[in-house]
Amino acid sequence: MNSFFARKYVIQGIFIVVALILLTRIFYIQVVSDKYLLSANNNVLRKILIYPARGIILDRNEKILVQNEPVYDLMVTPREVKPFDTVEFCRLIGIDKEGFDKRFKKAKNYSPYRSSVFEKQLSAQTYATFQEKLFEFPGFFVQNRTVRKYPDSTAAQFLGYIGEVSEKAIENSNGFYRQGDYIGISGVEKSYEDLLRGQRGVQNLMVDALNRPKGHFADGKYDTLAVAGERLISSLDKDLQKFGESLMQNKIGSVVAIEPSSGEILSFISSPGYDPNMMVGRQRGNNYMKLLNDPAKPMFIRPIQAEYPPGSIFKIINALVAQQFGMINPQTTYYCPGGYRYGRNGFMGCTHVHGSVNLTRSIQESCNTYYGYTYSLMIDKAGMRPVNAFKKWRSAVAQFGIGDDLGIDLPNERNGLLPTAELYTKRWGSDKWGSGFNISLSIGQGELGITPLQMANVMAIVANRGHYFKPHLIQAIGEKKVIKSEYTKRNDAGIDAKYFDVVIQGMSQVVNSPGGTAIYSKINGIEMCGKTGTVQNPHGADHSVFVAFAPRDNPKIAIAVVVENAGFGSTWSAPIASLMVEKYISRSISRPKAYVDRLLEANLLPGAALRPKLVPKQKTDTGRAVKPSVLRPVQTKREVSE
Amino acid sequence: MKNHRSPFFNVDWIVIVTFLALCIIGWFNIHAAVFDPEKPEIFNLQTNYGKQLIFIVSALVLGMVILLLDSKFFNTFSPVFYGATLLLLVLVLIVGRNVGGNQAWIPIGNFRLQPSEFAKFSTCLLLARYLSTINTKVQDLRTQAVCAIILLIPMGLIMLQPDTGSALTFGSLIFVLYREGLSGYFLVIGAILIALFVLSLLTSKLYLIAGLIVICALLIYNYKKNRAFVSTVIYGFIISVVFIFCVDFAYNNVLQSHQRNRIDVLLGTVQDLRGEGYNVNQSKIAIGSGGMWGRGYLQGTQTKYDFVPEQSTDFIFCTIGEEWGFAGSFVVISLYLFLLLRIVNIAERQRSSFSRIYGYGVASIIFFHFFINIGMTVGLVPVIGIPLPFISYGGSSLWSFTILLFILLKLDSHRMGVV
Repeated sequence: MNSFFARKYVIQGIFIVVALILLTRIFYIQVVSDKYLLSANNNVLRKILIYPARGIILDRNEKILVQNEPVYDLMVTPREVKPFDTVEFCRLIGIDKEGFDKRFKKAKNYSPYRSSVFEKQLSAQTYATFQEKLFEFPGFFVQNRTVRKYPDSTAAQFLGYIGEVSEKAIENSNGFYRQGDYIGISGVEKSYEDLLRGQRGVQNLMVDALNRPKGHFADGKYDTLAVAGERLISSLDKDLQKFGESLMQNKIGSVVAIEPSSGEILSFISSPGYDPNMMVGRQRGNNYMKLLNDPAKPMFIRPIQAEYPPGSIFKIINALVAQQFGMINPQTTYYCPGGYRYGRNGFMGCTHVHGSVNLTRSIQESCNTYYGYTYSLMIDKAGMRPVNAFKKWRSAVAQFGIGDDLGIDLPNERNGLLPTAELYTKRWGSDKWGSGFNISLSIGQGELGITPLQMANVMAIVANRGHYFKPHLIQAIGEKKVIKSEYTKRNDAGIDAKYFDVVIQGMSQVVNSPGGTAIYSKINGIEMCGKTGTVQNPHGADHSVFVAFAPRDNPKIAIAVVVENAGFGSTWSAPIASLMVEKYISRSISRPKAYVDRLLEANLLPGAALRPKLVPKQKTDTGRAVKPSVLRPVQTKREVSE
Repeated sequence: MKNHRSPFFNVDWIVIVTFLALCIIGWFNIHAAVFDPEKPEIFNLQTNYGKQLIFIVSALVLGMVILLLDSKFFNTFSPVFYGATLLLLVLVLIVGRNVGGNQAWIPIGNFRLQPSEFAKFSTCLLLARYLSTINTKVQDLRTQAVCAIILLIPMGLIMLQPDTGSALTFGSLIFVLYREGLSGYFLVIGAILIALFVLSLLTSKLYLIAGLIVICALLIYNYKKNRAFVSTVIYGFIISVVFIFCVDFAYNNVLQSHQRNRIDVLLGTVQDLRGEGYNVNQSKIAIGSGGMWGRGYLQGTQTKYDFVPEQSTDFIFCTIGEEWGFAGSFVVISLYLFLLLRIVNIAERQRSSFSRIYGYGVASIIFFHFFINIGMTVGLVPVIGIPLPFISYGGSSLWSFTILLFILLKLDSHRMGVV
């Protein structure tokens, strides 16, 4: 011991203070701050997402409509990139130096040491040449993914398309989607997204300081396998669909064919269509803008989104409802002097002086006068105030699936329009109105809007003599072929079966009897029952409409065809429908080639230089013979005097 | 009669247990740090953890031998040790093997000897012997000069390798001089110089000098009646200003670029997570990811997958921090603190000033390594490549610390018999 003994405490004090400083520091970085733990996980954990194959979609005969095709996303980890031959690299993947710099900067901004997409969806060919040189470009690697492939380029609007998920969808998905994921945006791809997308798998890999994989985190305890999306069997008949698309080329309109006994949609054509493969791949953005700016609106899904006044085909509904109400019977006869007079000065022209017309003939010859009388009976002579009678009529019509969407398994179906009594009361300022105020409803004009799908569904009701099944596009789901229960539920149209006979007889005569408006579309060996319609179009030439089902007994197909701006229903829509029906029922076409070619080659687009020549003299639904020189129908009946 | 007693008589077992605990902690953590899945057994002699076991066992043998020697041996032969070490330090500059820029190893067969490790205890011994002679007085300038020479010769030789970290170790012996009577001003001045060094690198010289003027003015104003103090402050101010300019010069012309970088990174004036900052950043990440209880033995991802460089030697504390968490860090730091306080107590109970001075030398050297090593892994001090005593992988360092410690234990066991 000596005089400086006390300094022992100074030295020990320094030791203690230093130890406490170290402990405080360690406590801070280990317990207080979580920054280092996050960095550590960043260092070592690599979450690899395994994308499941999206479910494929088949047609009703299990032929492929959509499948998956591998594509190769070029990925980059900026930190690992070493100097390399940029020129060669750009040449291989087909970009310029500027594009390279831009992409590289973007990847670097995302993260210098995590991989991100450098270039999306290299084709198999590009990948093949690139892959051989991949070793020259450290830091780059290729990630396998699949994209949709449509081998027959058919049924675009039905199938829809997929695209990168939006911010909003990511937010709403409860963490299912991530930036860059794909999601169904329209069509079946959208409505069956939950089934098609499958389940993503995750691998938690650990890597060392040189980013070499070192196995699975926690022995793969947190890894999950990818589950492929469900296979969907659609009700579509691919051959029929493709045939219909070829018939509808260069025309604007729709074809919807339904199997009446099931509600399965056999063909779903919206024209003009587009090649669904356009919505895949690197050109997608450009193609999308092109389609969006096309004046013929190929992205417009006409079968469920276009609403037309139904025209003469609506007479079928009025004939059935009036019978059900007990207002008319097959023997009811009216005299047609060439028009229907009502009120003080009202006159609804008929195209023809039909003379004495019974119910069957009224359908066959599409007599407006007959339905003027029938409608006024239902509204004015129903033993109640006309406004209430209208309400009763309206609800009977609504049971045909008109005025509300049918709930098809596609997004964005439109309701159509079936006017309410309130609409007229409001319009006239009083509810003391009668049939004369909306007499055009008797012949399917006026404030009516019906989609082609609804038209086809009405035909399914007639074919079934009073009921329908919800029209749908997906027949069965998955390997087990599950059918949704809502599709096996029978919906009643509220019309007794016995009332259909006379209407169907009239419809048969439309096609099969010499006086019918669609005799030109008669099919040998198949009794098709149909009804033509010419829909007045205030914006231009009338729309050609034809609805039908066949055969008359045990119908296999109900169909609606709309060709916009094409004039009479008998000229374009009826032949197209008849070919579709024949194709579906007998799988072959019995009619001469010229008959088919005329339809295939016709260009009915507005402004098309060459309007096709009309076939020789034929009956039309307006009952007037059309001379070949008259290309556009005469604007006849602006019948409503209101 | 005492000579017939067991060599372990009166040995401080508490220190030996602490020593063994640290060795074993080191061994397990080396196993974790360089874990080779193909040679998982901790006894596999082809691996570094196997080798470390040999080093530990041989260190124990070495320790036992030291306990068997006569306690006067170390005092008597300290100049010989010192001279031999200096020879080796010169030799290493001539025939040494250059590893990683440092010419610090003499290859002897499979083994590489690191003379700078042995310089630590021989310098300690000589310093103790010199200071314990009757007519020395640390307050005297002459004694201070001799002490400085004893320290500066090995320091200079080691700087030539160049191994700054090891050389700086000898600076820690200032604690010994302080305990023996060196004015406390040296510590204060040392602290002020370090503060000035850091500040002159962080801020512009003008601000720093302006700040100094303000402080000095305040001091002079407060103590204006104390003439001596005022003149001290004025001298201090002049020396400080000169020092600031020297720092600038030394920083730019004397320090090597990697040393400059390390200091810049530590001070945060340069953000460099890829280059010099990488080690410290990864080291902090590894330790920080340990949390309260750690990831568990052999479960540390950062150390296992080589994110931390030098993880079995200088950065061994990362493995401890990551796998054993704050709890493990606390235990290790507590063991060191306990050992250091115990050594100081042992030193103070010596009757001979030689033993006491040597004891303080041991404490200073261990303290310096402990503080600098752990401080660097958590980013408190610049990266200086010195090992963590008893824990880091390496034979030379383990043996030299063992020798250092066991000589003290031998001296201590004979504290009653020696005048």
